[in-house]
Amino acid sequence: MEPVNVKMNEVDLRVSIGSLELQNPVMTASGTFGYAREFESYVHLQRLGAVVVKGISLEPRAGNPPPRIFETACGMLNAIGLENVGVDRFISEKMPYLCALGVPVIVNILGDSVEEYRQLAERLAGAPGVAAIEVNISCPNVKKGGVAFGTDPQMAAAVTRAVKQGCQVPVIVKLSPNVTDVTLVARAVEEAGADAVSLINTLIGMAIDLKSRRPRLANIIGGLSGPAIKPVALRMVFQVAQAVSIPIIGIGGIATAEDAMEFMLAGACAVQVGTASFVNPKASEDVLDGIATYVREQKLESVRDLIGALRIG
Amino acid sequence: MSQFQQNVELIQSEVVAAGIVRLTLNAPDIAAAAVPGQFVMVQTAPGLDPLLRRPFSIHQVSSEGLLQILFKVVGRGTERLAQCRAGEQLSLLGPLGNGFVLGESCNACLVGGGMGIAPMLFLASRFLQQSHSGVTPRVILGARNGEELVPLMGDFLDLGIEVLAATDDGSFGHHGLVTDVLKTLNLTSQSTVYSCGPKPMMGAIHHLCQKENIPCQVSVETVMACGMGACLGCAVPLKAGGYAHACSDGPVFEAGELLWSL
Repeated sequence: MEPVNVKMNEVDLRVSIGSLELQNPVMTASGTFGYAREFESYVHLQRLGAVVVKGISLEPRAGNPPPRIFETACGMLNAIGLENVGVDRFISEKMPYLCALGVPVIVNILGDSVEEYRQLAERLAGAPGVAAIEVNISCPNVKKGGVAFGTDPQMAAAVTRAVKQGCQVPVIVKLSPNVTDVTLVARAVEEAGADAVSLINTLIGMAIDLKSRRPRLANIIGGLSGPAIKPVALRMVFQVAQAVSIPIIGIGGIATAEDAMEFMLAGACAVQVGTASFVNPKASEDVLDGIATYVREQKLESVRDLIGALRIG
Repeated sequence: MSQFQQNVELIQSEVVAAGIVRLTLNAPDIAAAAVPGQFVMVQTAPGLDPLLRRPFSIHQVSSEGLLQILFKVVGRGTERLAQCRAGEQLSLLGPLGNGFVLGESCNACLVGGGMGIAPMLFLASRFLQQSHSGVTPRVILGARNGEELVPLMGDFLDLGIEVLAATDDGSFGHHGLVTDVLKTLNLTSQSTVYSCGPKPMMGAIHHLCQKENIPCQVSVETVMACGMGACLGCAVPLKAGGYAHACSDGPVFEAGELLWSL
């Protein structure tokens, strides 16, 4: 790994997500950075704004049968099936390493029912080193016939309230883009007490193999991510920024500092680097260095000058 | 465990048979750290399309820091790689995954089918380096036809190893499967079989070895996005239920750990 060669002390990159203070706005996106240790050969992990870990459920999940991924134009489809080690093993096996990194650890959680989300929040509230919880509401609500929590403002609000009741740390709700009007869900979770929202999760998509006439994914449908979805994500961040007053974390196809700063102009306080880390494991650190260089060269007082600074008209 | 993300120079690109390409790269750090069975992730194009890196078994390394990969052109990524010319820079991640476990047994049999031949050369040469008894591993290589197989045999023969061959069309060596050849070797539980190739071939080798109580290691191939245990896309079904990940738990597994009949 190359030594750090960008002068960081000259620029003010600090941002805050509610009560959570970050040294810079660059986080990793859940499900694209493992439990951080996988990237220790490539990234100076302690430099990141925060690490968002792979989504955790109450019980371990084995995930979907293969094929689980398929490459598409400038992006990829995935149907991993929320494979994870479960909250107990996460706390005992993964948290000690994460705590020692010295950067805020944001734990992404997912569940089948409102009650499961509440229990997860309670379990994590008792674990040292959890800086915030990010709530994946794109999962199906088993008790409501498998409709995703994130597609219904009332269900999204119910999950948010349950998680807020279960823990004291800031709660970030990760919004699904697979809705007609993302601002309705954003407003509902804000009213329910969310400290911040992050968006977007993957767009539901599909790919077919003409030769075999079969779907490319064993799960038939999957989530689209990567540079292909950036314009959709940027639009949704912009819309949500007009609709809510809580902080927004921008996600969706961010691979460069330029991408990240466009999300900040649209209204994001911070960003998450996702699929780009698969291609370039040090993408998150490259994004950070690029933002620092821009802030210095443009002589900005702070990276915060970029937030919502989009010029219209 | 040392892993590197590096831009390395392409030294040579050779078309070894129709649609089969071998790249020689100057990658001293990765070559020095690599063991047989490990792989590298190669970025095939500088832009966003194709987006993902492609995984390739390490075919051969030299003490001078050269590293070779061998592949068949099967899609846009490999097509682009086949067009790369000497002097170009390619981005590599590696060495990745867990390689073959080289046992004490002198009675090693290496079976490579199709592009699964690639890691067998690295494995064979490492066996020769480590062998104290002077016994060379036996090698069985299979391919669709002689045109594809013969050019890949040279490097094995240069090591002084006898190569048994099988082709689907009978144009070179045994007319039939590598397992037919494997059966004639009278292997015992003191032997070890190392295999890489198409899934049906490895499944057949596994069943044969299981019946005869012969230890068998296989290197599996799957699609993968990251190669380092983050995307969890490279799921391999396990006999005991659940999944392993080809990149971080493999790509080499004890054949008996995997679920072969889906």
